[in-house]
Amino acid sequence: MSGIRVLEAGPRALLVELASGVDTEAFHAELLRRRAAGELPGVREIVPGARTVLLDGVEDRTLAGRLRTWTVPPLSRGAGEAVEIPVVYDGPDLADVAEAWGVAVDEVPRIHARTEFRVAFCGFAPGFGYLTGLPGHLSVPRRATPRTRVPAGALALAGPYTGVYPRPSPGGWQLIGRMPEPEALWDPDREPAALLGPGARVRFVAAGAGG
Amino acid sequence: MSGGLEVVRAGALTTVQDEGRSGWAHLGVPRAGALDGPARRLANRLVGNAPDAAVLETTLTGCAVRVTGARPVLAVVGGAGCRVTVDGRPVAWGAPVRVPVGAVLEAGPAVHGVRGYLAFAGGLVPEPVLGSRSADLLSGLGPPVLREGDVLPLGRPGGAPCTDTVPWPGAPAELVMPLHAGPRDDWFTDAALRTLTTAVYRVSERSNRIGLRTEGPALRRARESELPSEGMVLGAVQVPPDGMPVVFLNDHPTTGGYPVVGVVAEAALAGAAQAVPGTPVRFVRA
Repeated sequence: MSGIRVLEAGPRALLVELASGVDTEAFHAELLRRRAAGELPGVREIVPGARTVLLDGVEDRTLAGRLRTWTVPPLSRGAGEAVEIPVVYDGPDLADVAEAWGVAVDEVPRIHARTEFRVAFCGFAPGFGYLTGLPGHLSVPRRATPRTRVPAGALALAGPYTGVYPRPSPGGWQLIGRMPEPEALWDPDREPAALLGPGARVRFVAAGAGG
Repeated sequence: MSGGLEVVRAGALTTVQDEGRSGWAHLGVPRAGALDGPARRLANRLVGNAPDAAVLETTLTGCAVRVTGARPVLAVVGGAGCRVTVDGRPVAWGAPVRVPVGAVLEAGPAVHGVRGYLAFAGGLVPEPVLGSRSADLLSGLGPPVLREGDVLPLGRPGGAPCTDTVPWPGAPAELVMPLHAGPRDDWFTDAALRTLTTAVYRVSERSNRIGLRTEGPALRRARESELPSEGMVLGAVQVPPDGMPVVFLNDHPTTGGYPVVGVVAEAALAGAAQAVPGTPVRFVRA
């Protein structure tokens, strides 16, 4: 894999920087494979980001040198079952997104629902996944003025990402719909706690008309 | 469960804390846990608990609890220095005291330091969430912030309390933070990097469990582009657009979009937990 940089993040962590989001997902998948095979001892956390994977709680400092020499197979799309998320496409920013995309308003749900997404990384709140899959030309800016309260379940777009808010919070993403049962996203008493962990495949299914 | 406590005075911000939860950062779950780890461990040792037992962490104004179980409870108040009383009568700070059934143990307002730790023999045993009893203020996991009238369950006392006289570290008059450069120090000008390790910053009163915010000369960036979100470690010194360094503490977000100029070694963060607003902060090369 070309263009890999390994940066130190303090005495116990390494930040591996990749050339693209797809390379990052592939590298993350390779880390998980090697950890599952017992080939990655002494690493406490593996935290993917947009262009990086953070390895925290690293006991062996020689790992940095070895990471640079890894051969990483390309990401295999289509592995495993996709998580299906029922949503109602009735968000207040549908018209703004349609304008940014240069399509009619009712095209936005159609384009979004036929896209296959993948959880690139999580963050912001437990259970909040940054989903990639929309082509680059459908990136949208954040709202100029963030909302002080976005309801739980809001289906939102920003930059290249799609996400669903697991709980109410302030937010600057463009809201295009809602998930009627957002409590399914995050339940710490369930295993796994997060419906959308890094690497998961996701499809949105339009569930009924707006209301 | 062998007893309980009733919250008589909750204080400004009192939470249940243990070692925190690790292994969940990839799902956006902060580590949480007591900000002053050495104080938590020492408090537990003094009442015969395992070092990772859950304790109360107070913020500046202390708290008061009544023993509601059937037996007296061995307790200790440490961390931030404060007046300690049982039913209004002064008792030792930083040493174990026996609190009778029905009596109120009070940790007064901090006279130095910020975070007080109240450990009870048997430890606090609210339901763990993802393996920890710590309250996480960023994402709202774990037991809620204490309120008056809350009842907290206590576990069964186990080990023998430590009876030695032990030294408690004091609150720092100046916070010296050994800093490992990177991972994004190259996003800052050379002048900014010199400023960071030579200027005196001060602890901002906007500090909390998420981060120790500082005030001082703004750090100028060499790159103005937006940093794609990336994983953040405990002790990361993140620099938001105002240029004022924020040292990430236990409730920090697990990913973030502002560059991290350096990382403070974990051992130095207990001091950050006790530094009152206005305390001078020096970042020195680790």
